[in-house]
Amino acid sequence: MKNIVIIGNGIAGVTAARHIRKLSDNKITIISAETDHFFSRTALMYVYMGHMKYEHTKPYEDYFWKKNRIDLKRAYIKQVLTDDKTLVTSEGEKIAYDSLIIATGSKPNKFGWPGQDLKGVQGLYSYQDLEKLEANAPDKETCNRAVIVGGGLIGIEMAEMLRSRNIPVTFLVREDSFWNGVLPAGESGLINKHILDHHIDLRLGTNLKEIISDENGRAKAVVITETGEELPCNVVGLTAGVSPNIDFLKESGIELGRGVKVNRFLETNIKDVYAIGDCAEQHEPIGMRRPIEAVWYTGRMMGETLAQTICGNKIEYKPGHWFNSAKFLDIEYQTYGWVFSERSKSEQEAHFHWMHPDEDKCITVAYDKDSKLFLGINTFGIRMRHENFDKWLTEKRDVDYVIKHLPEANFDPEFYKQFENQILAAYNNQLQTA
Amino acid sequence: MSLAKPNAQDISTKKKVALGIGFTGLFILVLALANVELPYKGLFLTLSLGLIIGGVVIYSRDEYLTKLEGIKNDEAWFKSISSRGTWGWVLGVVLTLFYIVLYFFAELLGLGTDGASNTGLIALFDPLSQLLSGRNASQWFVYGTLYTVAIVAFGYKFMLKYRHNRYQQLRTASVMFFQMAFAFLIPEFMYRLNSDVPYNDIKNMWPLNYYAFDQWRVDQFINSGTIGMAFLIFGILSIFVISPFLTYKYGKRWYCSWVCGCGGLAETAGDPFRHLSSKKMSAWKLERWLIHTVLVFSVVMTTAVIYTYLGYDAEKYWFNKDNFLLFVGGFLTLVFVVIMVFKRHELGKDARYGAIGYALVIVSLIAMHYTGTTNEVFYLPAGGMRSAYGFYIGSIFSGVIGTGFYPILGNRAWCRFGCPMAAVLGFQQRMFSKFRITTNGGQCISCGNCSNSCEMGIDVRAYAQKGENIVRSSCVGCGVCSAVCPRGVLKLENGSLDGRINPTDVLLGNDVDLMELMNNK
Repeated sequence: MKNIVIIGNGIAGVTAARHIRKLSDNKITIISAETDHFFSRTALMYVYMGHMKYEHTKPYEDYFWKKNRIDLKRAYIKQVLTDDKTLVTSEGEKIAYDSLIIATGSKPNKFGWPGQDLKGVQGLYSYQDLEKLEANAPDKETCNRAVIVGGGLIGIEMAEMLRSRNIPVTFLVREDSFWNGVLPAGESGLINKHILDHHIDLRLGTNLKEIISDENGRAKAVVITETGEELPCNVVGLTAGVSPNIDFLKESGIELGRGVKVNRFLETNIKDVYAIGDCAEQHEPIGMRRPIEAVWYTGRMMGETLAQTICGNKIEYKPGHWFNSAKFLDIEYQTYGWVFSERSKSEQEAHFHWMHPDEDKCITVAYDKDSKLFLGINTFGIRMRHENFDKWLTEKRDVDYVIKHLPEANFDPEFYKQFENQILAAYNNQLQTA
Repeated sequence: MSLAKPNAQDISTKKKVALGIGFTGLFILVLALANVELPYKGLFLTLSLGLIIGGVVIYSRDEYLTKLEGIKNDEAWFKSISSRGTWGWVLGVVLTLFYIVLYFFAELLGLGTDGASNTGLIALFDPLSQLLSGRNASQWFVYGTLYTVAIVAFGYKFMLKYRHNRYQQLRTASVMFFQMAFAFLIPEFMYRLNSDVPYNDIKNMWPLNYYAFDQWRVDQFINSGTIGMAFLIFGILSIFVISPFLTYKYGKRWYCSWVCGCGGLAETAGDPFRHLSSKKMSAWKLERWLIHTVLVFSVVMTTAVIYTYLGYDAEKYWFNKDNFLLFVGGFLTLVFVVIMVFKRHELGKDARYGAIGYALVIVSLIAMHYTGTTNEVFYLPAGGMRSAYGFYIGSIFSGVIGTGFYPILGNRAWCRFGCPMAAVLGFQQRMFSKFRITTNGGQCISCGNCSNSCEMGIDVRAYAQKGENIVRSSCVGCGVCSAVCPRGVLKLENGSLDGRINPTDVLLGNDVDLMELMNNK
């Protein structure tokens, strides 16, 4: 019986623990400095908005852990002594392990902005960040304006949260259109409009120069690089991406890049030490994936895979077709396969784009210009079935086939208006004129 | 570890006005209740109901039409009324007291007894009752009117809340229609056409309608000619033919969240409380024992009641006491055998014990009957059982607790823990139905919005995060889990029975070999 210790109680670590328990009788300990129990990080926003309470974000009832003999420990690990196979907590306690899984997730990026450590300046990632936001921005009287820096998924979530309490929000986005490093122009434009419809003061092509302090060391304004404008505010949200939370490993001898370097078996350079989830960095990217993928699903899949290796069935981490999803205020987004933005797509990748006249729904289908091979789809405001696209990608269907069979993949609730005929008509139309 | 609950935000001036209008309407009812002599009762009643509806309409329009379409659950856990705060408890106490008075002290509402004319609140409703059926109001008419007003007004509110969701809108229009027409207007008109026919809401079928086969009703049906017989036959077909067929095709939602009156109130006026239902495993265990016990009680009680008024002699009429009992015993045995043979592996251990236990109870009751010489079937006085059922289940459970406790236990406590009809339909839904909630591959992020908003207390997330479809007896198919899902993971569907239940360890999107290895072991 091995003694397995997992640092981090997020989706990656917890999935690994659950699967190890299914496959073995090993001793399992999960250590977290953040919370006593696993909760869904993606649901923190709903706690602030009042849709749920913190306890509802826990995917398993508290009795689950004892019942499944998964020990939970609340501690901050400050040192990993790989030679002794021992962890040292901030209290100085030593914890021995046979196998160590590092699943410590991410932390918000800070790019050295003047004033980035002032009071009232925060990211939105952890439970503690949620507590901070509750203290910094309980209502619009305490927080007259919030400025959010960084136009990604967390930024737009934070804007939605603050708007739920009627707090005025200015949203600084470096790019000239929201998330257009990832999304094609049409989709990015649709989200720009939707953000403005929600009365969020969206500033595109705008960078943060500095955050100005009041006499108490609290943020009172931000200065914009391009115009020099000074915007008074009480809260500054730093949401310019995340990076692996691995500072505590610097002296450990474990090979680090931006994240913990791992091979395809999720092994680090040190025997019996593994890394999964947001904090893991592949030596070589897998397919078109990035070497670090800070995505819920990736954390889960790595956990599912690593459990096999730990329990004696050594297998490579070999994720299937890429998929992801998000919600931009009221507009749901799903993606299957690869659709790249104009900025990053290859010469070969062509797009078919359809947008509803109301500009609240659209799809982009990516395909190979020559072979017509279907590469991927982005869908906004229309739900689609994962299974169909996964199958079509495996079967290497061409774009004609996918557009024709789109109705089979519709996953919207019953009685919803369906747009596949319009999409097909637009497709035929565009191809004839193209 | 807990976050402080922030104060809910102030409401707009328009909402304050709307509250003023609505509560003025309610106040007129309170005045009538306090026996203030109101002139022009018809006018005041119209004014009162009109103000209540108007208040709700104005409030709802300001609440939802001033915002973009989308999910509107902001502050649900902050507002005192919808998070078991002071206002929630006040409302719970007021509703509970109202139900106690309604069921047990109707004279306090002004019901005229022994031929005396109505006073107070009930008298205020006399003009409307006269208009519809040509007789004075009863406490049940008052209740029925207020019930219908609540479903219509809050149904409108619900439709605005989900104005981007046609499933929600159609379903709400449906419960509004069935309440207005079938529960309220048609029975009143029927009385006008043929006063011998008892009040009959044809959608309210046995066993939810536990008095459906009481002797006085059956006698009245039989004595009131073709229409009465038609009602009686429809009542029997409803439970034995129509509902199993529709449940097979669409799941129990066709009834519970499209037709049923209890469901109608829960889905409209009760909607702000849906997240209060307990999602704990312990609550689910309690639910399974409680609801099936009520069903068994209901079956035993109804059998005993029907038995008492059937004849002894099979020569006079073939459907006598003995044949009836044989029929009941045979039917239950058939159901039991079919389940145990074909669906045994789908039952949990406790469900198997429960089924066997209850089967033994019923078989031994019938056996005792044939070996004993008592006149009372099952050795239990039918009248006593009937009144105990009416008191504890019909009044206390479904009314006082079921609706009075909306702000405490959530809006479906009766439907979940007590309704024998829900138990029957749920059993069919779990065992033989095309309905399921499909989980969309590996897209779940375990956020918990689905579980939080499930009024039946199903931990939807527990299934969705495993990539597993949701097939549960209790699911009423309201579709709100699907609506609130931020990642488009859930869809209510009627499809093939194969692969309806699909537990998986490794979710779609991971290595196909790993999925193969883990999911097909």
